[in-house]
Amino acid sequence: MFPPVQDLYRLAPEIVLCVFGMLIMLIDPFVAEGRKRSMGWLGLAGTVVALISLRWAWQNAGMSYSGLLRFDMFSLFVHCIVIGVAALGILGSFDYLDHENIQRGEFYALILFATAGMGILAGANELVTAFVGLEMSSISTYILAGFRRNALKSNEASLKYFLLGSFATAFFLYGVALTYGATRSTRFDVVSQAIAAHGAGTLLILGLGLIFIGLAFKVVAAPFQIYGPDVYEGAPTPVTAILACGPKAAAFAVMLRIFYSAFGSTSHIWFWAIWVSAVLSMCIGNFAAIVQSNVKRMLAYSSIAHAGYILVAFVAATELGSAAVLFYLAGYATMTLGAFLIVAHVGGAGERRLDISDYAGLGTKQPWVAACFSLFLFSLLGLPATAGFLGKFYAFSAALDSRVVWLVIIAGLNSVVGAYYYLKVVVAMYFWEPTKEFSPAPVQMPMFTVLLLTALGTLYLGILPNRVMEWALASARSLR
Amino acid sequence: MVPISYYIILSAVLFGLGVIGFVFKRNIITIFMSIELMLNAVNLAFVAFSREFNQLDGLVFVFFVIVVAAAEAAVGLAIVMVIARNRKSLNVEDVNLLKF
Repeated sequence: MFPPVQDLYRLAPEIVLCVFGMLIMLIDPFVAEGRKRSMGWLGLAGTVVALISLRWAWQNAGMSYSGLLRFDMFSLFVHCIVIGVAALGILGSFDYLDHENIQRGEFYALILFATAGMGILAGANELVTAFVGLEMSSISTYILAGFRRNALKSNEASLKYFLLGSFATAFFLYGVALTYGATRSTRFDVVSQAIAAHGAGTLLILGLGLIFIGLAFKVVAAPFQIYGPDVYEGAPTPVTAILACGPKAAAFAVMLRIFYSAFGSTSHIWFWAIWVSAVLSMCIGNFAAIVQSNVKRMLAYSSIAHAGYILVAFVAATELGSAAVLFYLAGYATMTLGAFLIVAHVGGAGERRLDISDYAGLGTKQPWVAACFSLFLFSLLGLPATAGFLGKFYAFSAALDSRVVWLVIIAGLNSVVGAYYYLKVVVAMYFWEPTKEFSPAPVQMPMFTVLLLTALGTLYLGILPNRVMEWALASARSLR
Repeated sequence: MVPISYYIILSAVLFGLGVIGFVFKRNIITIFMSIELMLNAVNLAFVAFSREFNQLDGLVFVFFVIVVAAAEAAVGLAIVMVIARNRKSLNVEDVNLLKF
């Protein structure tokens, strides 16, 4: 039986991404060594066409492939985040790949394949489909993390990511098997009906726990965060930028679907697991970030802390909570992408300039780069008029709305701790005397565009959040 | 007929052995095999449930798991090859550049 044509429309973004990915793989061998950047432009075209095809998918919104996938407002929102991250990530890696001498077509193809996997995650309405999407995005990113083949750190990042990622996947999958055993189905709606009819037995709760472990690994939340900083530090910096935004957003999206729609009626059971994970992520992330002198690693720890803040919104278990998670993911993606790409820019050839002392005097050397970096750091810290502030505001108010007071107090204290290490970098840029004689390469056009877009995005979400927040609320409603 | 609980207990034991192997073994290839063992424990659970419910779904899931495991093995072994070539060692304790 051939699927109806609407099903193909609903899957259009993933089809476009995969077709462009394969096209790059096919054309790449015929492109001369010095002209590989054209493959990057082809990849960028792929993401743009995928964004346009979202319109097509949205006009045919609904269930597809007999309830395995679902295209709704929620799916649309997450698709926009992950495809946007891929587009900006591709644009931001042009110069990096050039000066590392790894300008190759596969890089862009892998980003597209990973993004297709994230898109499937965003639309999954069934646990095994979610597993396939998870693996599509993970397997591609394992390779991307090790893309600097001759750098030992990159090899190591790739190995750690691969081993711990597969380990986490196995946990997720065992959870899926147990859920299947308990409810006779893996479709979210059927699982939720089965829970309503028969209640949650031991098998189901065990399955839910294992699924949580698997997903906590993927969103890099404590106590499953150990590999995170190593992978983020060792991976090529533009890849780190994508890793910290795209896969995290997609994994949170599928977590929302699983926990809110399939296991929504058992929220009293998973409440404490997520509560504890949120506290641990915030504390470990922030306190470990304080002692870092490597800026890339510091941002990696800060990414763990931000996973904690997102979990604070998650605990709320209301529509407001899921809308806050979505808004936070959008804001987090813009500011983190910008911050990591600046680290890539300042890092220079061989990523030798990652220490905080290398940022001394950046304010006079490249004032615009320093200004953008300050903006991203202020946003990560959560100062008003930035995306980070409103992300935290919505997250905390959603949690307070559900009377999770203590968690919000801990989160507030943690934000204060975060101020120390974010501001330290800003102080270094403007007030420290430069100790080393070097100045970063001039900013090229692609990087300039990315920084401009992410900076404007951060300000837009911070000053005029209404449209995006209303959209997030509508997405949250479609989750039910 | 063998009751389903036997199969599930067996699969839990296999999964547990995989976890123990992952945590305590030091050779990358052995760790990798432990992960495969975990995935196959999942397959056993799927097949057992599928037979118990008289459904085909569980059997189809097994195919998905096998395909994904094969893709993972292809990528994983390539990563291990690169590590082996650059370091001349397959012991995870030698892979220690990135540390707190």
